[in-house]
Amino acid sequence: MLELIFFSLLNGIVTGLLLFMLASGLTLIFSMMGVLNFAHASFYMLGAYFAYTVSMYLGFWVGLFVAPVLVGLMGAVVERYGLRYVHRWGHVAELIFTFGLAFLIEEIVQFVWGKDTKAYHEPEILQFPLFTFFGQNFPAYKAFMLLVSIAIFVVLLLILTRSRIGLIIQAAIHKPNMTAMLGHNVPLVFMGVFGVGCALAGLAGVIAGPALGTFPGMAVVLGSIVFVIVVIGGLGSLTGAFVASLLIGLLQTFAIALDYSVNDFLHLFNISFDADGALRDLWTLSLPQIAPILPYLLLILILIFRPTGLFGNRET
Amino acid sequence: MSEITKSAVSELSRPLRKTLMPWIGFVILLLALPNIFSSNVGLYTMNLMGIFIIFALSYNMLLGQGGMLSFGHAVYFGLGGFMSVHFMNYIEDGLFVFPMYLVPIFGGIIGLVFAIIIGSFSTRRAGTVFAMISLGVGELMAASSLIFVAFFGGEEGVSGDRTTGPELAGIDFGKDIHIYYLIAAWVFVTVALMYLFSRTPAGRMANAVRDNAERAEFIGYSQRKVRFVSFCASGFFAGIAGGLFALNFEIVTEENLNALTSGVVLLMAYIGGVGFFIGPIVGAVVFTLLQSILSNYTDIWQLYVGILFVLTVMYVPQGLTGIIMMHTAAWRMKRLGILILPYLRIGIPALAMLAGIAAFLETVHHMRTAVEGETLMSLMGIEYDSHGIVTWIVILVLTFVGGYLTRTQLPQLREAWETANKPPASTKGAAS
Repeated sequence: MLELIFFSLLNGIVTGLLLFMLASGLTLIFSMMGVLNFAHASFYMLGAYFAYTVSMYLGFWVGLFVAPVLVGLMGAVVERYGLRYVHRWGHVAELIFTFGLAFLIEEIVQFVWGKDTKAYHEPEILQFPLFTFFGQNFPAYKAFMLLVSIAIFVVLLLILTRSRIGLIIQAAIHKPNMTAMLGHNVPLVFMGVFGVGCALAGLAGVIAGPALGTFPGMAVVLGSIVFVIVVIGGLGSLTGAFVASLLIGLLQTFAIALDYSVNDFLHLFNISFDADGALRDLWTLSLPQIAPILPYLLLILILIFRPTGLFGNRET
Repeated sequence: MSEITKSAVSELSRPLRKTLMPWIGFVILLLALPNIFSSNVGLYTMNLMGIFIIFALSYNMLLGQGGMLSFGHAVYFGLGGFMSVHFMNYIEDGLFVFPMYLVPIFGGIIGLVFAIIIGSFSTRRAGTVFAMISLGVGELMAASSLIFVAFFGGEEGVSGDRTTGPELAGIDFGKDIHIYYLIAAWVFVTVALMYLFSRTPAGRMANAVRDNAERAEFIGYSQRKVRFVSFCASGFFAGIAGGLFALNFEIVTEENLNALTSGVVLLMAYIGGVGFFIGPIVGAVVFTLLQSILSNYTDIWQLYVGILFVLTVMYVPQGLTGIIMMHTAAWRMKRLGILILPYLRIGIPALAMLAGIAAFLETVHHMRTAVEGETLMSLMGIEYDSHGIVTWIVILVLTFVGGYLTRTQLPQLREAWETANKPPASTKGAAS
């Protein structure tokens, strides 16, 4: 039991921090432009594919640096020539635009790289078990993912709170007009934040690609979960996004690890049901089974009872 | 939006005969279509079109008329389909006697029931919160459908048999043409009902709440209740569409209520134009045509649909119907003729450019997917070498010369457009 909890905890934190890399960019973009970027996870996917292509010629480590930059540039272009143009049609159009973009990027990825899973692997020097605990190995690559995520988190925090750029960004979030009056180029700040947010998503893709698989559906798998995190944490709140990322990461790994079903629960009260009624699936429902729906359940509950999210202070 | 109001006001004052004309035309069209396209593929496409028309119109009750952007509308469609297919099986088992052609009603009812449950908390807000709840509910349902195997049938779905119901005048829906007429009848009834709904005070208030929820509250309407009514009606019609899907395909799977179907319906409604009642109809027809015809010719038809969708959102947010409707002013002034020549002049190079782009995409796709050494490919009946230098010259020339010529033609089109839409001097202002 102890080793189960230990490894679930570690895996949960790795997943959670990875999710935070996506969620932080998404929530920053949202607090600036008021747009939930549906295509955010698509940039994560692009990061993985770019890194795969680069790593074929120049190796993993070059890809680690080149791919996020490429994705960030693409993001900036999308903001400058797509989102800013669509802005004139209103918020709903912007939302639909990012939705369409997510669809289009998936098609483009399939067009360029094909539909099959790509053989994108971790570098060889990271292919060893870091330590063994109760007979279970903890791969070094996961530790690497953990390290990168923590480093990004710290750097992001420092930039946003300690640097001049961070100051301007925060000002532009809260009072864009006033910031523009003071002589800062707010549209450029927006473009920059969008680009950096996408680059972060791309970086997440680069390091998640070898672990979670590089395939055209990888954006869809993660995309809606990232939304859930941003909404649960509170739209526009970085702290909220951080807490919610860890929460969802842990929730998912623990739900998969702990194999309990409704039956077991009911046995505690000496209740048992026949095994072939129309509701039979309800009685055999187990935690690993409902693991994928737990985040969405949480999302709906949060939206009903606390529409601002855990740490947010605004609703839309 | 103001066009809708204007046309409605003038419609009321018009004689009844004129109001009924489009509907009579609609009936004639529905009856005539199977005689024109009598092949199996034609019937299949038209059946799908009918189902999607109802589905897309029900979606537009939310997005276009109510201002609610939903990312989980397939939930009601899918549940309606599952309920209907279960009822088809009950009828087959003789649990009760019920005519097969009314089965979609059950789909509608379960759509309504779920819309009442979900709408009771999701319609409190419009905008992003509503969109997020709809997304969450959609994902929740899609994930649950794989868990509750007894009702949803797991991966393989639930199948039924539509021919087992009591016969009606010798029709047992064994043939595709029977199901076509059934779907056509349902399409007519539901389209009429949805049109009438948009003309009721409830439908009108939905528009008001969409445009300015605060003002609607000030004249005494609860925005939440107004949205709730639209939401329930929309769920009901989506359920009917799902029921027809079950009758037509005799199988309903998890795919019918997942995010992909929700995305498709948004795509159809938006490409068609959400600001007009007939927009989603146009969208459904165009999308089904793209899906069933384009997919015969190319593997990457979804890429084209994606490009079309993004371009629509960016440059023509009023949709295809919006483009058509832009010409009504010129048409009323009988000046549409002025535009024909400019359109031809810009259309031919634009077509050449599109052909060049499409040929580029197809050739690249062929080079990537074809068997090693296989370089001969055919596109629209033209066979050529995909690696040949001539091919690439042709593609580049088509794309860039076409694009350049299209650009040079833009000013003359703009000029012609202004001439065609210039209000006549005598009735200045009235026609604009």
